[in-house]
Amino acid sequence: MTKTLRILHLYSHDMNIYGDWGNVLTLKRRAEWHGYKTELLEYNPGDTFPDDVDIVVGGGGQDSGQHIVQEDLQRIAPTLTKLAEGGTPMLVICGLYQLFGNFFRTRDNMTIPGIGIFDVETHGGPERLIGNIITESPEFGQIIGYENHSGLTYLGKNTEPLGKVIRGAGNNGQDESEGARYKNVLGSYLHGSLLPKNPAIADFLIEKAAVKKFGSFEPTVIDDSFAKRARAVALKRPR
Amino acid sequence: MVLMPKRHATLIGKAVKSVMKLRGGGSALPGLIVEKIDPNFIKSTLAQLPDGVVVISGTNGKTTTTKIVVELLESQGRTVFTNRTGSNFTRGVAAALLSEVDSRGKLDADIAVLELDEAHAVHFVRAVQPRYSLLLNVMRDQLDRFGEIDATAQLLKAVADATSTTVVMNREDPRLLKLGTSLHPEKVVYFGLSDDMRATFPTDDDMRAANPTGTAALGPPALSVLDSFDGRHARFTLGDRTLSTPLKLEGIYNVYNAAAALGLVLNIVESVDFEKLQKSLANVTPAFGRGESIMVDDQPVELVLVKNPAGFRLGLKSFPPEGYATMIAINDNYADGRDMSWLWDVDFDSLRTEGVASVTGVRAYDMALRLQYEEVEITTVETDLKKGLKAFLTKEKSKPKRIYCTYTAMLALRRELGRIAKVETIS
Repeated sequence: MTKTLRILHLYSHDMNIYGDWGNVLTLKRRAEWHGYKTELLEYNPGDTFPDDVDIVVGGGGQDSGQHIVQEDLQRIAPTLTKLAEGGTPMLVICGLYQLFGNFFRTRDNMTIPGIGIFDVETHGGPERLIGNIITESPEFGQIIGYENHSGLTYLGKNTEPLGKVIRGAGNNGQDESEGARYKNVLGSYLHGSLLPKNPAIADFLIEKAAVKKFGSFEPTVIDDSFAKRARAVALKRPR
Repeated sequence: MVLMPKRHATLIGKAVKSVMKLRGGGSALPGLIVEKIDPNFIKSTLAQLPDGVVVISGTNGKTTTTKIVVELLESQGRTVFTNRTGSNFTRGVAAALLSEVDSRGKLDADIAVLELDEAHAVHFVRAVQPRYSLLLNVMRDQLDRFGEIDATAQLLKAVADATSTTVVMNREDPRLLKLGTSLHPEKVVYFGLSDDMRATFPTDDDMRAANPTGTAALGPPALSVLDSFDGRHARFTLGDRTLSTPLKLEGIYNVYNAAAALGLVLNIVESVDFEKLQKSLANVTPAFGRGESIMVDDQPVELVLVKNPAGFRLGLKSFPPEGYATMIAINDNYADGRDMSWLWDVDFDSLRTEGVASVTGVRAYDMALRLQYEEVEITTVETDLKKGLKAFLTKEKSKPKRIYCTYTAMLALRRELGRIAKVETIS
């Protein structure tokens, strides 16, 4: 019997400009290499949210893209919250990471409500935080990527970050935190794209999805030598 | 009152320029010195030109388009000043002016055609009002420098607003079309694609967008339209005329740049000699690194500059891989952009049948990783460009070769190729 994992690309039209496709493709290919069939689903404003979703992945995008999805996101918030509470793995980068928090307050004091899966808040900052970034997580080891954001995100008291900043700015440039985690939902500012150069995170998402759906996960060994070499080079590049 | 540059500033600048030449130095420093001594230098020198100043900006195709515009204007008898060095910011313009003016600061030209990147174009138009501007596209490029693509569109809006007579812009670019409709209708002229051609031109928004054929079906009419291109011949509709011509330009995006250039030139020149225009267009060769071909061991080595996802996608669409050995060279120096995310916004599936012979450059392993996830076979990966190129030329000796390369990788590869083959010097 072939086991199928259904991967949902959230707002694929409006929030896709920054290598987010790399995360979707990495999940698809690695799931296939691990022996699963995959089905790629897209969700865009106004669509019916599909049933039976195993992994949700969403990205950054332009500020204008963010505007289009804000309202729609409120509409599907109950569904996403239910999935998150039930342990469905998700990865949200940059713009959607911010909107998965409580709110985004812009520089001119406009408040854009989020959906509160993460207890975090974001405030428009005075400058863009841009450059190569390295963080460290007990579960995933070194996380390597590239950040490019002006929003400053602050974690609520009991919210864990995804990683601790080794080099770069992270959530806000002050408290050494980067990203956030709630159950199996991961939020991060890291592009690069994140998953291809951090296959441990990709496999974490696939494993959680497989265990939830089929009760177990039997990984195969994937040749990650290109990823290892790319990580080694990225560690040495200037900010 | 006619502004004339301070004579001593011009003389000092020219002196610095000749000393720099003796040392084989860079192109922007003398310009910087003149700017410090006489901030009005550029403004006053360009103000003398009878046909004014043209600014060409946008993400992709500036260098090739500028080259085409200059040659087309020359075919119509104009003497053109341009910033040929590719030093496309204000100091580069000052430096280029210095080598052209006489010691009294007089420039022997009818018109200036200047290629400026978006951020520098904004500074430039504050000092010098262009009579015409040509806006090519707004695509994702080095976002780590400009922030966001919407911010880049704002930079071009400032250029359009500052332009006194005519803004020529790309109808097929949704952000420019939006900008165009916000300007006074008499000030805007479009160049565009026929319905057939449009299907082959993805914009940056289109990779995963619902409606990849764009918005222009209902768009405004265009003065210059690329109707067809079969690899050698192109046909353009220019108002009520048709221009058919063989071309030396390769690649569909270079040919679309020709449509942009034609749209601009028709606005500048009042009574165009179409026969001369066609002859000149037929003879334009690509700018360096934009599809230029260098002979090594009796086989062509083509260099295709790739700076952003849309450009890379268009390059892959323009040059079929069959029969060619392919190399990809990716650097991440400042001029290339440091972020590797963009490689994930390019579809590489067209390379799957032939595979990629060699991947090189500082970020070779990021590129190799990208190809692994596209399930494209790679023969060798070598981060050292010199070694990578040497191995590629040796192993694929008997085949025509094509190298997709980022900006600084291209400069390094041309330098290496120059040691073993005839490569046009860019000065």
